[in-house]
Amino acid sequence: MLELKNVNTHYGQIQALHDVSIKVNRGEIVTLIGANGAGKTTLMMTVCGDPKASSGDILFEGESIRQMPTSLIMRKGLAVVPEGRRIFSGLTVAENLHMGAYFSDKAAYEAQLDHVLGLFPRLKERYNQRGGTMSGGEQQMLSIGRALMSHPRLLLLDEPSLGLAPIIIQQIFEIIERLRDEGVTIFLVEQNANQALKIADRGYVLENGRVVMSDTGEALLTHDAVRKAYLGG
Amino acid sequence: MRGSLYNAVFAAGITLVLACLMLGVRLGAEGTTLTVYGAGADRWEWILAGVGLVFLSQLFSTQLGRLSSRIPRPDLGTLKPQEATWKAIKPWLLAALVVGLLVWPFMVSRGAVDLATLTLIYIMLGLGLNIVVGLAGLLDLGYVAFYAVGAYTYALLSEYFGFSFWACLPIAALLAAAFGFILGFPVLRLRGDYLAIVTLGFGEMIRILLNNWTSITGGPNGISGIEKPTLFGLEFSRRASEGTQTFHEFFGIEYSSGQKVIFLYLIAVLLVIVVIYLINRLMRMPIGRAWEALREDEIACRSLGLNRTVIKLSAFTLGASTAGFAGCFFAARQGFISPESFIFIESAIILAIVVLGGMGSQIGVILAAIVMTVLPELAREFSDYRMLMFGLLMVVMMRWRPEGLVPMKRPHLELK
Repeated sequence: MLELKNVNTHYGQIQALHDVSIKVNRGEIVTLIGANGAGKTTLMMTVCGDPKASSGDILFEGESIRQMPTSLIMRKGLAVVPEGRRIFSGLTVAENLHMGAYFSDKAAYEAQLDHVLGLFPRLKERYNQRGGTMSGGEQQMLSIGRALMSHPRLLLLDEPSLGLAPIIIQQIFEIIERLRDEGVTIFLVEQNANQALKIADRGYVLENGRVVMSDTGEALLTHDAVRKAYLGG
Repeated sequence: MRGSLYNAVFAAGITLVLACLMLGVRLGAEGTTLTVYGAGADRWEWILAGVGLVFLSQLFSTQLGRLSSRIPRPDLGTLKPQEATWKAIKPWLLAALVVGLLVWPFMVSRGAVDLATLTLIYIMLGLGLNIVVGLAGLLDLGYVAFYAVGAYTYALLSEYFGFSFWACLPIAALLAAAFGFILGFPVLRLRGDYLAIVTLGFGEMIRILLNNWTSITGGPNGISGIEKPTLFGLEFSRRASEGTQTFHEFFGIEYSSGQKVIFLYLIAVLLVIVVIYLINRLMRMPIGRAWEALREDEIACRSLGLNRTVIKLSAFTLGASTAGFAGCFFAARQGFISPESFIFIESAIILAIVVLGGMGSQIGVILAAIVMTVLPELAREFSDYRMLMFGLLMVVMMRWRPEGLVPMKRPHLELK
């Protein structure tokens, strides 16, 4: 579904990604773990086209999206939940969700709205409230809900557990699994390696801009080096 | 206490320096040379009294703040009737307002109608800039450039090609929009302060261009004798020019110069209603929400597949075309334009209207435009102190309604 082939990304002179190759198959949850500054967010942003990969190729459903402008990539059927939620805090929940479906027609919008509100009943309670007045967990739900409004086939999540209480993280991960069961392919970038690997079908480990390991989620979870580096021994 | 003492000494010091420079010394001509005079003793007393006042008010600022917070503030929210009744009476209120606006000029003096027309021009400008600054959050300090483009479009087309006002109205709007587009393309990559600086420069460029392109625009002499608008070809003058008819002849009524003023006022009312209607519709459309979303979070907007250049450009272009509209009417009303009318202060006043009214709020902008044009007229005797009064108004606003007269309404949570 999504394939990165030997992708290199630079910020000016500094190279952030070195020959990264990653494959995400349809219907999978694929997790990318790594320490701070390993290039996880850069990888995600490179898929979205900002910054652009300086070499290699990025294929989405067989089509190269490496040279496309960000706004076009985001209309292709993949959606991203950006790091730090980034909801529109001055707009209401309803308006936030509507922004997510900016390019869909009315019928598709209403159907998807029902679906998203079904997934996140909390958003229904807060429907006419400003986004910025909600708790962190609710904001994260809104951010995921907003990304889902465009009816994506592939969902990219950048650290959805950032700054949330463990119980909320639990809920968010349950929702992610549920989305997978509904047929949405998930590409998850996480620091919270333990939980992210538990739900993952496959996982990649990123270190200093290079993929150093890839295996099934289970295997990585029990792998000695991974345990030492990311799971606290 | 110690902090406020520092504050008080500092503020008093600044007041003293500023007052000495502005009030304490005076330049006078003595023969062919200039000499500096010191102020008289009575003026020094005033200056010292002012410094003392600043010192004391800063020293006791917390106590004063507590006192002033006890003064009840007008709660505008309670003035508004219940949602249901409001919905029922809203169309009637609007209709009454429109009828009132149309009937009113026949009952008051010519000067008042003239002032109302000017106010309406500023309302149009305020509404246009409100899209750019209030909704899309792009600080534009050269807005007056588009106003100038609109005005000169009509003036030049009418002077050289004999175009009528009504034909020029859409042309002026389109041309101003085109200028907005051309400026917007390179400039909208910039943000915040940098955008403000470039737009400021653009405003000056247009003014200086108009000032120096003497062969076409007449330079600082401006263009005079611009034709007034006509009503389906009927002129509002005492005698008809060749091949036309005048309004008073056609209807067989007595000629009066007031007819023209009222006619211009009615055109302005019409234009303002059209502008309000269009902008209102735009704000309800997805593009209106996209402007707000872009102001809130650019990265999130991009993650949703929105093209920020297109959205910013649309706001910029629409704002510019509104200014072009207003400019065209301004030229027709004034009959004479020169680059003098499009200096930076105009941009500043329009921006002040938007900020004073509450960014993004249409009603607020309209109210602020009325305040900013009518107040200086009413306080004509104090015209020397105009800037002082503006300053005072700003301070009072910051203290009492920092979000503007009528902050933009956003639905919020209702507890039951």
